Amino acid sequence: MNAGRNLGPVSQVPFGEGRAFGVDGEQVAVFRLRDGSLRALSAVCPHKGGPIADGTIDQDVVLCPLHQNAFRLDTGCSTTGAEPLTSYDVQIDNHQNIILRISAR
Amino acid sequence: MTATLGNRQRGPLPKGKVPQGKVPQGKPNARRRLVVIGNGMAGARAVEEILARGGAEQFTITMFGDEPYGNYNRIMLSHVLSGEESDADIFLNSLHWYQDNNITLHAGVRVERIDRFTKYVFANNGHVVPYDVLIIATGSQSFMPPMDGLYTPSGSIKPGVFTFRTIDDTRNMVQHARNGDDPDRERRAVVIGGGLLGLEAARGLQSHGIDVDVVHSGGHLMNAQMGPDGGAILRRSVEALGIRVHTGSRTTAVLGTDKVTGVRLRDQPDIGCDMVVVAAGIRPNVDLAVLSGLHVERAIVVDDQLRVVDEDDIYAVGECVQHRGEVYGLVAPLWEQAVVLADHVTGSDTSSAYLGSRIATKLKVAGVEVASMGLHGPERDTDEHIVFSEPSRGVFKSIVIRDNKMVGATLLGDSRKVAYLTQAFDKGLPLPEERIALMFDLGGPAEEQGVAELDDDAQVCNCNGVSKKSLVDVVKGGCNTVAGAMDATRAGKGCGSCKLLVKQVVEWAADGAVEEDPAASYYVPGIPLDKPSLMAAIRKQGLRSVSSVFAALAPGRAEDAKSKMGLASLMKMMLADQYIDERDARFINDRVHANIQRDGTFSVVPQMKGGVTSVQQLRRIADVAEKHSIPLIKLTGGQRIDLLGVPKEDLPQVWADLDMPSGYAYGKSFRTVKTCVGKDFCRYGTGDSTKLGIEIESRFQGIEAPAKLKLAVSGCPRNCAESLVKDVGVVAVEGGRWEIYVGGAAGAHIRKGDLLATVEDPEEVKVLTGRFMQYYRENANWLERTYSFVPRVGIDRIRAVVVDDAEGLAAGLDAAMQASVDSYVDPWTERDDPLTPGQFRTSLPLTVLPQVPVR
Repeated sequence: MNAGRNLGPVSQVPFGEGRAFGVDGEQVAVFRLRDGSLRALSAVCPHKGGPIADGTIDQDVVLCPLHQNAFRLDTGCSTTGAEPLTSYDVQIDNHQNIILRISAR
Repeated sequence: MTATLGNRQRGPLPKGKVPQGKVPQGKPNARRRLVVIGNGMAGARAVEEILARGGAEQFTITMFGDEPYGNYNRIMLSHVLSGEESDADIFLNSLHWYQDNNITLHAGVRVERIDRFTKYVFANNGHVVPYDVLIIATGSQSFMPPMDGLYTPSGSIKPGVFTFRTIDDTRNMVQHARNGDDPDRERRAVVIGGGLLGLEAARGLQSHGIDVDVVHSGGHLMNAQMGPDGGAILRRSVEALGIRVHTGSRTTAVLGTDKVTGVRLRDQPDIGCDMVVVAAGIRPNVDLAVLSGLHVERAIVVDDQLRVVDEDDIYAVGECVQHRGEVYGLVAPLWEQAVVLADHVTGSDTSSAYLGSRIATKLKVAGVEVASMGLHGPERDTDEHIVFSEPSRGVFKSIVIRDNKMVGATLLGDSRKVAYLTQAFDKGLPLPEERIALMFDLGGPAEEQGVAELDDDAQVCNCNGVSKKSLVDVVKGGCNTVAGAMDATRAGKGCGSCKLLVKQVVEWAADGAVEEDPAASYYVPGIPLDKPSLMAAIRKQGLRSVSSVFAALAPGRAEDAKSKMGLASLMKMMLADQYIDERDARFINDRVHANIQRDGTFSVVPQMKGGVTSVQQLRRIADVAEKHSIPLIKLTGGQRIDLLGVPKEDLPQVWADLDMPSGYAYGKSFRTVKTCVGKDFCRYGTGDSTKLGIEIESRFQGIEAPAKLKLAVSGCPRNCAESLVKDVGVVAVEGGRWEIYVGGAAGAHIRKGDLLATVEDPEEVKVLTGRFMQYYRENANWLERTYSFVPRVGIDRIRAVVVDDAEGLAAGLDAAMQASVDSYVDPWTERDDPLTPGQFRTSLPLTVLPQVPVR
């Protein structure tokens, strides 16, 4: 499935934070970096099911709030030895909406 | 600006020479020209000291060095010889350093003449360089005692004969030791000279598998540093290493026609060898000074400002100098001279004076610890001489006392007391009645005491002239690794014999908080600064938000997720209402003012000051728990009611229904004050602990800190509120007084708090509690609880700052705490007006919550 899903205005996600979305049965955490670009990862930490969207981020990684496991925002790979998160293709369209492609990259 | 040595009228130029580096005429601020002859330890150190005093702005600097290198640590050559260090390791300043400091270096160029009248120096490569200020640091060269057969018929030094002074000498020896022309040749070396350098050379050659004899003209080894008894013990230790020692004998000839085959000794049989190392002392290099008409006796004569006698603009420093009749051949005096010289050359302290050095050497010679100062033995009938000798262990200690002052000491094989003795020698300290205490630590934690009893200005590293205070200062500046302190001060970078003492001083200064990782001193991992430097940078640059700190201070301006929470807490503490609160810098708990649980739900703790509640509060909490189907209601250790399992999106409604302030069970912040029943009901209570606890909690509610703060107030010494194991614990004692304990814990760590003070009234308790917490907030590491912080800093120091105001910080601490108190806003008031879009939106939309089983 290649058509992107429109998740609504990007303003739902504050700069430097993440918000969770349910998309086609997947839970996706969408992050808006401080530079304005978006990243999307699966929203449930593979370690103990922590809410990834509640994590603290920088330009590179998100820290799960439960046990501070770190995951790369672009690939979902963990830098702390946890299993990886799925990463999703996410864009902002011309109307400032979040467009998410659920087919995993 | 001080009285400068200004640009004098320069005389006519010498014929046929084009001067280099002419200063543009008519520029009032044209920098003066500083020329340094000599690029060894003294010359380079003098320049470093000058640069440290802003010399780069005052001078254009040109250096001449006879050796074709940057400058290196000559003391370490024995380590290079033995293979412990590579020759690259011993460089103090590489060629880059000269470039970075805009120093023109003529390496491998020798200055042949100084014209004091026209103020030019003439180099052997044709360079003619004008100077306004000249520093001579030509050092010494090896002394070649007269003996036959040193030279081949063609006039060059006979192959196999070496001096031991320069890095090239050392390399040549290593090369010779490693690959003789003939693999079957006898690998045997004779070292001429049984002083420090000779023994080091002998030991270094041994490491190449060479058989070594030391021939020494004196009656015993190291006769400049010790008396015959010590010398005899040292000889035993050296011979135990397999080095043969011949004392009281001179080498009269080197044998062999085209290369060394042996040496001839006076009154002793010849020794066959293929290598001779001459280490028979040094002579100052004064040819240039003599030729140029400077005042030279044994060496270049200087006054107390290191100025060459009768010269206005020429200074000299190091081993080429004679000061008050003394010529030094050690490194420590050279550091002291360089400081005074730089003070005068730059004009930064024209009252500075060099009064000579008291020579106390502390070395490791051929693996044997040797320390020596002052007299080797008694000279007058009234001198006391205390000697301890244990030849089998190679230990010898001798102390000479005159008029109850220590005038000399020799220590061999055990230098544990050397720091104390050096100080007693330097300062003329009164000595213990029991003289044996000078030599041995009688009971008590020896090393601790040894370091603690050292004066601030006691020299720890003699090679690089590093005092205890310099080390303590860098530790206090946040450098808490031994390696870092050594890098910062250069302590231990000379002969290395002081490394143990350096380590002890650093550990003592850091109160045991020595880390092995430099990053350990960073307050947060993403900003390479310790807390004081970080706070200073934030203030200096007027940074007000976490993102601005990353932009200004982080490597590559990169944000770092792991650093955000700590920075947010620190800046809120520093700036109070001036802090620009970026929500993304907060941990989730601080974004939604509740404590995240393992299933992503949150727990809510309403404020209940001092653990005292009411019918109305209880009824409301019960109603809210019922309405929201709170799965678990729990009493906490801090005497609060905890409502667990609240979904994120329900938080605003739960708070609204509660309509109570937050109880702060989720932050790195002031949390709760636990109290006992106090005196209204308790049969034993002596103080109104309940009232005081409520007042403390009302005042300090919610202030952020490097880690959580849990407090308690007990109304009597029975301590029902467990005050002795709290971050701050207060106990009412008989007579209406209150004890304040700090640094207690009873969680993962058990620690009884230290008594900070006993005060007369509750108001004073509140002042000192606030002042202590502010001192902790400003000085603790991120996530460092008080039970670590208090022992790290030491209760005595904390008491001095907080109670006695010994450093004059109290008013500032009180004001800073007051600013935090004044800017406090209850976070639960955000419920009606979320600060960010979706602040309370669930992050686990498809999961049925809570997942925690309901009891």
